Amino acid sequence: MVVITGIIGVAVALYSFADISKSTEALGFHALFHLLLAGVTGAFLTADLFNLYVWFEVMLISSFGLLVIGGSKQEIDGAVKYVMLNLVSTVMFLTGVGLLYGMTGTLNMADLHFAVQEVENKGLLSVVAIMFMVAFGVKAAVFPLFFWLPASYHTPSFAVSAVFAGLLTKVGVYALIRAFTLIFTHDPELIETVLLWVAVLTMVTGVLGAAAQSDFRRILSFHIISQIGYMVLGLALMTPLGLIGAVFYLLHHIIVKANLFLISGVANRIAGSTELARIGGLYTHAPLLAVLFLIPAFSLAGFPPLSGFWAKFIVIRASLELELWIVAGAALFVGLLTVFSMTKIWAEAFWTPHPDNIAPKLSRLSRHDWRAMMWPIIALAVMTVIIGLFPGVFYPFVETAADQLLNPTDYLDAVLGPDAVAASQSAAGQAVIVEGN
Amino acid sequence: METGLALLIGVLVAAAVYLMLARNVMSFLFGLLLISNAANLAIFTSGRLTEGAPPLVPEGADAPVGIVANALPQALVLTAIVIGFGLFAFSLMLVFRAYTGLGTLHGDEMRVAEPKEDKA
Repeated sequence: MVVITGIIGVAVALYSFADISKSTEALGFHALFHLLLAGVTGAFLTADLFNLYVWFEVMLISSFGLLVIGGSKQEIDGAVKYVMLNLVSTVMFLTGVGLLYGMTGTLNMADLHFAVQEVENKGLLSVVAIMFMVAFGVKAAVFPLFFWLPASYHTPSFAVSAVFAGLLTKVGVYALIRAFTLIFTHDPELIETVLLWVAVLTMVTGVLGAAAQSDFRRILSFHIISQIGYMVLGLALMTPLGLIGAVFYLLHHIIVKANLFLISGVANRIAGSTELARIGGLYTHAPLLAVLFLIPAFSLAGFPPLSGFWAKFIVIRASLELELWIVAGAALFVGLLTVFSMTKIWAEAFWTPHPDNIAPKLSRLSRHDWRAMMWPIIALAVMTVIIGLFPGVFYPFVETAADQLLNPTDYLDAVLGPDAVAASQSAAGQAVIVEGN
Repeated sequence: METGLALLIGVLVAAAVYLMLARNVMSFLFGLLLISNAANLAIFTSGRLTEGAPPLVPEGADAPVGIVANALPQALVLTAIVIGFGLFAFSLMLVFRAYTGLGTLHGDEMRVAEPKEDKA
């Protein structure tokens, strides 16, 4: 987990570079933005359920602020939906925390791992587990709880939606992974089955939604959902390979998705809209942007040798190993549809001439803006390619992370004693703090 | 005492869900207020109730003696109340802005950010 947090920390730093240069119209934007980052990293680092709740709140409040900072009607409209649904999930989470505390008398995650196994009322425990699943599921935007995401992600400024797309849902996925590998291990059958089908439905509905959209950012928003499906699938398999896939996917997706949203921002500035019917001709006028779009887009769809290929490959391989043919088939089919909707963006925005015969002008961007917007995009694209070309370098890290996730669920390890596990937990936490400094 | 509180939580949640199912965003907000209080009460109750025994440490001792109230859930609830209050204030303001900007409190009519529906 230290490794994951470290890599994510690097990615986060990159985002903030991208953001600082982009949004100069700051109305306290940077303060809110860093509060958001603090919330996200806090949520990744904490080993206490109630602290997780508090970090979620920090994250939520600052994301609310970022969402409405422009104050346009669209933003308010999107924000109402976003705020409402997230608040419900928060209450659900809080209730779950309360009930879990009532049953076990502790909120430390490592402690809970052992305490949960001694709870006699298994039925209530399953109810609480499902409450957590719903609460984190809303955050992670899994089927059928994803409606807030496409309703709100395309409304704020591009930098903000890039950060949201890169990080917020991933915190939900992270919390799901944490909760269901560490705490709720009492009834793997039930939870894995639920998660598995949730994952498949998430993938399929997400990509179908994307195929039906006609706005650059709305397509991307629906893609987030279908990609979340892959991550949850990796978790649902609960095999080492599945978890490796989930973690790898998490890392790859944070980079790629944020990059795509940043590119949509540049496209909007050059061509004047994100509505696909109203833009075009980007390829002739901004070939560099076109190439940079292709890299993360193909990576998302899973073309070798880009990072998405390996992520998908591992997850699908894991499901094939468990002989879940339908699941693996669905995952492959979703990959195909991803290509379809990506080519839709490509064809409409980049290849076709502009409908009003207005050529997209590079001169709409000042030289300074152009540099500030392109460098982060290039850097993220390069990272995608590097992960894609040398997955072997990253694989061991991800493997250890997955191992650490899976080990606590191992009953034999549990017998070794709570002290060892708790000690390693706090050691991990300290290492991260040192790294952070 | 526990039974009474459990019933109260049930009533609160039921009322909250009824309110939240309404199309009106305002009543949704009130529902949210009720349900977050229900959640707070649930935490409080699940920390076991003890009457008239403040968790005070007597002089010279390291821990409180005998059965005393559990201070942790109270701290949790206090945090949750504060956060909940802040969030409620924010969402109230947001809904007000939505009302002045969009001219409606009806959830179904807030479609500015949605794609236009085909009239087919």
